[in-house]
Amino acid sequence: MKIVLRNPRRELDMAGPMRVHALLERLEINREAVLVIRGDTLVTGDAQLSDDDEVEIRPVVSGGVA
Amino acid sequence: MKCRRCRGPAVIEVRRHNAGFCRDCFLHHCREQVRKTIEDFDMLQPGDRVLIAVSGGKDSLALWDILRDLGHDVDGLYLGLGIDDYSDESGNYARAYADARGAKLVKVDLPTDLGFDIPTGSRVARRAPCSACGLSKRHLFNQAAVDNGYDVVATGHNLDDEAAVLFGNVLRWSTDYLGRQLPVLPAGNGFVRKVKPLVRLGERETAAYCVLAGIDYQVEECPMAAGNRHLGYKDALNAIEDQSPGSKHAFYFGFLEKASPLFTPEAAREQENLQRCAQCGTPTTGEVCAFCRLAERARR
Ligand code: SF4
Ligand SMILES: [Zn+2]
Ligand SMILES: [Zn+2]
Repeated sequence: MKIVLRNPRRELDMAGPMRVHALLERLEINREAVLVIRGDTLVTGDAQLSDDDEVEIRPVVSGGVA
Repeated sequence: MKCRRCRGPAVIEVRRHNAGFCRDCFLHHCREQVRKTIEDFDMLQPGDRVLIAVSGGKDSLALWDILRDLGHDVDGLYLGLGIDDYSDESGNYARAYADARGAKLVKVDLPTDLGFDIPTGSRVARRAPCSACGLSKRHLFNQAAVDNGYDVVATGHNLDDEAAVLFGNVLRWSTDYLGRQLPVLPAGNGFVRKVKPLVRLGERETAAYCVLAGIDYQVEECPMAAGNRHLGYKDALNAIEDQSPGSKHAFYFGFLEKASPLFTPEAAREQENLQRCAQCGTPTTGEVCAFCRLAERARR
């Protein structure tokens, strides 16, 4: 699986298959702080990712409070 | 996981609501949350002209889209902050949305129209960047609304923003801020009404709304946000939310219902003592308002 992370943008390779919540746990990412995007849609925590999937883990937490 | 509403396959889970949603039902859920917020807090009246503060980020673009869907008369105002590439890029996202949907976007550029940028303003005024930025935004959005006959300024503050600000205000017991931390500030004294229609949506939901509605937004963070203490509050609150979904909602809405009335009278009294800024006419505690002082020093 190809994993794209943002802010800053970087890529990881991981072996699939794996469920989304297991992936986030492995990367120690709080599921409340990100969306997981596959293609042009989102996937839920229980979705199974296959070895040839490409997913983006997109942070949703904005910094400025004005 | 199945969609709570139609039982089709879900694309997003919202643990706070103990629910999953498919694309269409999620977009519907977001619109309903905003509609309910506007109704509960009496935010908008029929015929109101609404000016929305558009940054090119997920919250303001989601807000713009939802208010348009709900049939409100709403135009966008983009404020160029002069923060390097970040500002150029955020302006492009705002413009692209407006062009694609045939919406009206007004642009005010701090460097060209007012002669300074946020990094300079923050340095000379010895304010944290977000503080100089917030001051400028509040001033210029209100000014633009007054000058162009808008009744309301709407901003994209979401549940996470409000919970983080509340957390900070409670940590310091900033009673003056607590008295003004409301989803609606009524018009009066030279200010138009201010509303925050996204307070029932978390920022994970506003981001998901944009992805699912096909709205491109600026994912990159403002370079001045680094080290902002609200980011730390958001991390802390998300750690709690992960263990106990619904905590942020309970914290913020519990405050509005049970604690906010304790602090509003003091804040209201302060508002009564305001006079007009000698330079721009905005209500202020001093002779010249904080924005005019900042702008004057930054232009030197
Ligand atoms: S992060 Fe701070 S400086 Fe940057 S746009 Fe937001 S409020 Fe302004
Ligand atoms: Zn559905
Ligand atoms: Zn002034």
